[in-house]
Amino acid sequence: MSEPLTAAQRVAIARHPQRPNITDYIQALFTDFFEQKGDRLCGEDAAILGGVALYHGRPVTVIGTRKGKTLEENLKCNFGMPNPEGYRKALRLMRQAEKFRRPILTFIDTSGAYPGLEAEARGQGEAIARNLYEMSRLTVPVIALITGEGNSGGALALGVANRVLILENSVYAILSPEGFASILWKDSARHEEACELMKLTAPDLLELGVIDGIIPEPEGGAHLAPAAHMRQVDRALSRCLAELSKESGAALAAGRYQKFRRMGAAPQKEEA
Amino acid sequence: MSGMNGVFAKRRARLLAMKAIRDNHIPGDKAITCPKCGQDSDRKSVAQNLSVCPKCGYHFPIGAYYRLSTILDPGSFRELFEKLPAADPLSFPGYRAKVEAAQRKTGLTEAVVTATGTIGGRKCVVGVLDSRFFMGSMSAAVGEKITLAIEYATKNRLPLILFAASGGARMQEGILSLMQMAKTSAALARFSEKGLLYISVFTDPTTGGVTASFASLGDIILAEPGALIGFAGPRVIQQTIGQTLPEGFQRAEFQEEHGFVDAVVPRLQMRDTLSQLLRLHEKGGRT
Repeated sequence: MSEPLTAAQRVAIARHPQRPNITDYIQALFTDFFEQKGDRLCGEDAAILGGVALYHGRPVTVIGTRKGKTLEENLKCNFGMPNPEGYRKALRLMRQAEKFRRPILTFIDTSGAYPGLEAEARGQGEAIARNLYEMSRLTVPVIALITGEGNSGGALALGVANRVLILENSVYAILSPEGFASILWKDSARHEEACELMKLTAPDLLELGVIDGIIPEPEGGAHLAPAAHMRQVDRALSRCLAELSKESGAALAAGRYQKFRRMGAAPQKEEA
Repeated sequence: MSGMNGVFAKRRARLLAMKAIRDNHIPGDKAITCPKCGQDSDRKSVAQNLSVCPKCGYHFPIGAYYRLSTILDPGSFRELFEKLPAADPLSFPGYRAKVEAAQRKTGLTEAVVTATGTIGGRKCVVGVLDSRFFMGSMSAAVGEKITLAIEYATKNRLPLILFAASGGARMQEGILSLMQMAKTSAALARFSEKGLLYISVFTDPTTGGVTASFASLGDIILAEPGALIGFAGPRVIQQTIGQTLPEGFQRAEFQEEHGFVDAVVPRLQMRDTLSQLLRLHEKGGRT
């Protein structure tokens, strides 16, 4: 690896239009993918793609946010910003994975949950909260990979996993650097400054204990050597899956709980 | 109650009363103008009305200790995890000084107060977010304190009541603020598995990460009249859709109509409603 990149440079790579997306990962890593649509309540949301597939011959549930690459796709997928139906579809598929004892692999790349009028009326907050709650109890292995930008509760709603992995140039944050600068300083133009302070890069996140591992990328970003990149990702995912497959369902749920329980915990004696 | 306990209960009642008075103190002239109806009311009549406008029913924001004094039986208040310190996990420039200023201004250590107490004689754990402290935003300490309160309720098999009031995530704590959403939600899942009751109460305003985690996960969800409840705040939505929002959008009554709130409960009826709900769930908590 050459010169370390700045946080802002990594954000740019994470958002690169040619960066491998959920569709590319499904094509490269899985076989027999069967897409499942709809939340069974009221709608289908193309911003989240999910279904069943074989991973090295083993059935798994695959779920990820989808931005699309062409403008037409972008519009269809709402630029990867899910509505509540997307999160509820994801939850439906996760419950099915639990029923059929399939591991769950999630791929996260979203600027956040969609902040729209209808999304609010249909309970965007409730949909995200429900996913966090239910994911924490799953008794099958859950592996999350942040493939691009993982912003806000919209990313976390697919991220309560036993292993949270991130690509070297991906970012994971409370919201976009533009949004952060706009809220804190009322000036979205200061987003590069925000990038540096937010601790959103892979090494920062590892140090904070928010992620479990970093998958190295080809120099300049995954889009420059996608085939080599896919082999790297495959190795990392198989290793995690092999480790988690040895654990009992109860151990998987307990391990996931403890992992998130420790985040931001202060040493504290019980007072009463 | 033994004599000694009686003395302590009186002392606790006085302590909460003092903190509540500080919370409910409205500075300035005798008359206060309601931001909703624009009418003046004298300070005393507003205070006696639990900080609800006597003219139009507007619910003024209130501090955490004052809120606790309006719902708990006198003398039953016992604060939990009071000394849990505020954190600065990202070493964010200028943040510590801002936290200290907020602490001085409000007399709080962080944006949430957690306690045990009784309502209608029934013991419960209560957590109250305070919007005067960083807009009630979710810091690591807020998430930790709420999680500790949930765990305390789980261990002692007590019903749990959380009052939300929050601008969402604490920007200065970045990704660790976000993780508190997962932590509190996971703790509630474990609490719920024990067959225990959780009542969530939305107060004005609750948005962002608090709406998208513990506040939306109650077995029973209540809201104060007129409370703004949403994931995205109105300004963000307005920017997204490029038009003004309809009247009443995201308010408690809107959320009730859209199926996300069991009941809109005025502050003056909150204690009785909570008492009724605790009574209705008595068996559920004792499996």
